[in-house]
Amino acid sequence: MTQAQPHLEFRRVSAFYGEKQVLNNVSFTVPRHGVIGIIGPANSGKTTLLKTINRTLDFITGARFTGEVLLNGDSVAAAPDPNALRRRIGMVFPLPVGLPLTIYENVVYAPRRQGVTAKAALDEIVEQCLRQAVLWDEVKDRLDMLGTRLSGGQQQRLTLARALSLSPEILCLDEFSIAIDPVTTMRIEDVLKELRKTVTIVLVTNLVQQARRLASEVLFLWRGEVIEHSPADVVFSETPKDRRTYDYVNGIFG
Amino acid sequence: MNPPPQTPAQRPAPRDPAPETDVLGTPETRLRTAGAPLGSTGASVPAPAAGVAGADNPFAATPFERTKRRRLKWNRWMMFGFCIILIVPLVAILADIFIKAAPVLSLDYLWANPENKGKGGGIWAPLVGTFYLVIGSLFFVAPIGILAAIYLNEYAKEGWLNRTIGITVTSLAGVPSIVHGLFGLGAFVLTMLPAINGALGLTSHKLEAGLLTASLTIAVMNLPVVITSTREALGAVPQAFREACWNLGATRWQTIRTIVLPNSFSGILTGIILVVSRAAGETAPILFTGVTFFKFVADEGLAKIFPYHPGEPFMAMSMHLNIISNQISRLPENMKYGSAAVLIALILFINSFAIVLRVWLRGRKRW
Repeated sequence: MTQAQPHLEFRRVSAFYGEKQVLNNVSFTVPRHGVIGIIGPANSGKTTLLKTINRTLDFITGARFTGEVLLNGDSVAAAPDPNALRRRIGMVFPLPVGLPLTIYENVVYAPRRQGVTAKAALDEIVEQCLRQAVLWDEVKDRLDMLGTRLSGGQQQRLTLARALSLSPEILCLDEFSIAIDPVTTMRIEDVLKELRKTVTIVLVTNLVQQARRLASEVLFLWRGEVIEHSPADVVFSETPKDRRTYDYVNGIFG
Repeated sequence: MNPPPQTPAQRPAPRDPAPETDVLGTPETRLRTAGAPLGSTGASVPAPAAGVAGADNPFAATPFERTKRRRLKWNRWMMFGFCIILIVPLVAILADIFIKAAPVLSLDYLWANPENKGKGGGIWAPLVGTFYLVIGSLFFVAPIGILAAIYLNEYAKEGWLNRTIGITVTSLAGVPSIVHGLFGLGAFVLTMLPAINGALGLTSHKLEAGLLTASLTIAVMNLPVVITSTREALGAVPQAFREACWNLGATRWQTIRTIVLPNSFSGILTGIILVVSRAAGETAPILFTGVTFFKFVADEGLAKIFPYHPGEPFMAMSMHLNIISNQISRLPENMKYGSAAVLIALILFINSFAIVLRVWLRGRKRW
């Protein structure tokens, strides 16, 4: 299943908020250009798992994790510059956040901080990322409008466009479609199907069907523990490895 | 139990308590009135016959709701009354001062220097002194206070150190201004000035207590206010904005510079301008640290615009008013009120400037 060098690897990762443990001994690998779907009920540690990857857990007082998260075999905990690490990882969280800047400046926020100033290069980034986030057609005539004035679903796609602006090698999506209508969701999923040829995608989702459509392998997380990590067709078959996976996927989880 | 009264078919007038019993007719409204003070309506009754209940308005107020509405109305009038009590003395004071000051108020009064211990002339020398005092104190308090608040709010980790600093800042805000004055005397006039004079090797034109030491003292007094108001302004910027930037690999400082500061600017500015009026009005902190009742100031030329060397005593509005009101005998009443009116007008002007600025900046708020 995995290549010699997995793109992303979790080795016995446990995460804590103060005394409260939210991840317990999580281990898994994601091959390069794989799509891993992470499913599980609320409060099972899915978001925390993403925050360990780009080390935004550092910003939460009292939060820490043990074990190793390896990106291309390098431990993220030992990354000399966490900000450089974060720039390699596109991150989309469920609450849409339009920065209080224009739509244009929202998308080029990260490239500008990287010293990109050429107008042509920025224009290209804006168009490409907004097209990938399926927002271009709606906003191309009003790029100087404030991002915060967009609707929730549009802001969510703006967040996605921002995450794509640095051409990340890993894209982490945390329930990205929560505020987006089904038709647009399907169009974004089509884009993701295109992106997964070049990008590794970690897809946290509450929509089991979405994981089925996109993921090549699925991780079922429950109360901070990995219940099952199998290829997607096994998880969604009649006989996954763990009975609880079957129950969750089929909506009879107690 | 009483027999059911003859309920009128039309809705009773809302202020009339007696016919309220009619709303008890239907089972739904009886449910809503459970626990309501029925005794107050005078008649506590069981449900009338079903035919009569059909005429009831199911949305009619229950006795409980009526009592509540009366109470709310009474509360509102009471609060309005307190508001009036607050405003009447303010208006009275302002009217008294400005009416009594009216005969002396003029542009000449602002522009002329005081003569004969304030019995004649104008108000220019203390006015310009207060102006430079405000500017000088802002020069120290604004950068220190804003940077300290940014550190406390954006960088410092939650913990005992941060909490201790927070408590210290709050306590500092509660210290009486005369204590700040004594602190300024000890720290700046008696310690800092001799050190500077010694270091510069000054023997003749030594630095004395003046604008420099008074500004520093006022700055220390206003520091907690600036820190607190700035922290509040920074805290009003949603955390989600910061997290979005961090996820993009922006450093903390990049996030602060591009997102946090532009969106908290109006709040920070409001805090700064509020301490301006405090700096202009206080006497106690500058009493021992540089202010004087009279200093000769040139009547024309550049020396009139820049009358004070930072290392020599200066005049200020608050001190001037203090002395002419209770130290100088046979001083015309109008002169006292004139000086008070100018001080109040100065502070009102600064505050209304703050309000206008804040309204303008809030209109540009981006979320």
